[in-house]
Amino acid sequence: MDILLQVIVTGIATGGVYGLIALGYVLVYKATSILNLATGSFMTLGAFICLTILTSSGAPFWIAFLGTLAFAFLLGIAIERVILRQLIGEPIISVIMVTIGLAFVLQGLTHLIWSPEYRSFPEIFPPQPLNLHFAVVPSGLLWGFIFAIIGSIVFIAIFKFTRTGVAMRATANDQQAALSMGISVRWIFALSWSFGAIAAIIGGIVIGNISGISIYMGDIGLKVLAVIILGGLDSIAGAILGGLIIGILENLAGIYIDPLVGGGAKAVAPFFILVAILMIRPYGLFGKKIIERV
Amino acid sequence: MRCGDFNETYIRDEEIFQSHFVKFWLGLFLLFLLLFPFLANPYLLYVANMIGIAVMAAVGLNLLTGFTGQISLGHAAFAGVGGYTSAILITRLGFSFWLALPCAGIMAALAGLIIGIPSLRVKGLYLCIATLAAQFIFEFFFIHWESLTHGIRGINVPPPSLGSFLINTEKRFYFVTLIMVVLGVGYARNLVRSRVGRAFVAIRDRDLAAEIIGINLFRYKLTAFAISSFYAGIAGALWVGFMRIVTPEHFPFYLSIQYLAMVIVGGMGSVIGSIFGAVFMTLVPELLNILSGSLKDIFTGATEIFIPLKEVIFGSMIVLFLIFEPRGLAEIWRRIKAFFLLWPFSY
Repeated sequence: MDILLQVIVTGIATGGVYGLIALGYVLVYKATSILNLATGSFMTLGAFICLTILTSSGAPFWIAFLGTLAFAFLLGIAIERVILRQLIGEPIISVIMVTIGLAFVLQGLTHLIWSPEYRSFPEIFPPQPLNLHFAVVPSGLLWGFIFAIIGSIVFIAIFKFTRTGVAMRATANDQQAALSMGISVRWIFALSWSFGAIAAIIGGIVIGNISGISIYMGDIGLKVLAVIILGGLDSIAGAILGGLIIGILENLAGIYIDPLVGGGAKAVAPFFILVAILMIRPYGLFGKKIIERV
Repeated sequence: MRCGDFNETYIRDEEIFQSHFVKFWLGLFLLFLLLFPFLANPYLLYVANMIGIAVMAAVGLNLLTGFTGQISLGHAAFAGVGGYTSAILITRLGFSFWLALPCAGIMAALAGLIIGIPSLRVKGLYLCIATLAAQFIFEFFFIHWESLTHGIRGINVPPPSLGSFLINTEKRFYFVTLIMVVLGVGYARNLVRSRVGRAFVAIRDRDLAAEIIGINLFRYKLTAFAISSFYAGIAGALWVGFMRIVTPEHFPFYLSIQYLAMVIVGGMGSVIGSIFGAVFMTLVPELLNILSGSLKDIFTGATEIFIPLKEVIFGSMIVLFLIFEPRGLAEIWRRIKAFFLLWPFSY
């Protein structure tokens, strides 16, 4: 019983971080209908940049954090301008492959600039874990979860209440109508990319804090695909909820199925869930049901 | 079109060899391929074998992605199924390599059929994610189904033999690869001009319209998946026969992307394009390898930056081709041919 509760609490905390990375996918997908498979590389790149600012200049964490966010903003806009804009109207495979190609370029560059060895973040958050009596949340996970929740709330608030957010929702809804209302769809596309990059990079920093960073941490980005499929590709709430569910299920699989199959179940469980969702309910929990069955 | 070369019937128009000129050069090229092993050193033959195996997989994937428009991010997994099937049949059941080869293809085709089933319900992006999940699930089985696959230690396979003649060198295996590639490319080239091939293209161009003119989507999509994975399975079995070992690390997600990159760089929807793509994408890393090896004496860090540099170049090739030459090397080849066809009066 204790183990079960502990696993669920850990799962929820991990799930919060997954939700944040999932936001990175969803924000881009919602406005531009592009599945950005380079999200994982964004994470890695952001985590390395944040770490470099921290260690090289000795700046306090919040300055490094804001610096990284500014970088993420520019990265998103640059990638949209230079690469994705050329591919508007191309078939889906081209767009997906471009993001995969981009992922390799970014991963290679990260590898070139920073060497592949594993590093840990300097201690930023207070190290004592949170004791909930029935379960203990390690400090990294706790702060990761808090960051994820704050990040999600900020993004939701931007979408709900700001002028830009409304413009983004309008673009997601109907591009032509948005254009005729005087919204610059080009700018919204660029902005969505930078929002996506920001979400992914915060996720990267948080994960870097929890388990250290290496150039391979972008692989988590692929696991998060299960989250966005479960939540629905274009649903922010779905991303958060999906993150929590996948986080819990993954940790349960790690505890209860791993001994049966000899390890590895935790890593592969999201993909099994992914296939199951695609078979039963491809548009996810909250996604728009626009799948043609042909 | 060539001067004075008029096609008066559809059959004539669909012919693979449009002129004696093409036949002549192709014959010459095949002769060169046959003589190649007697001129080349083992390293070149190793590269030639790798190219041949890549051609098999790329041609197969092009049938699925380029012609039928179904994306597969899990083709390495199908190659893995083929590789493991042949290795297990050879070591456990004492099959000969020649019998295990088609079995590997069939087993991979079955795996492809299973993975293809979601394509009836989901498409585009969702299919892409489903095949990606399949890649990781298969990889999980390769690693953790210890009793069958020996986990990460892998399976050692004896070299194939013909009677008492062991096919254990690059040069000898080259002919096996060559025969399979010629058969595979020939079949694919003929398939795409048949009823099935036209159905594939119709599905790619507009699936709704294809269904309305009487194409059974269920059947043809699954056919595409099966044929394409059959090719991948053969490629995997050839790989195992050549390397004489199979481990899960040989069929990673990266390989799936590499196969797709070959199809894209070569040209989607063109059989000759996938050959170009496979040759190009195999040669570039090898050249880079040689380059970093020779630069080793000048810059000390040359070998360390080789792996990340390979990734950067690999990624940028995908991006650049998609932006600047979406129809790939096949289109460049066509332009070159067209230029010389009219040269020097290109107006």
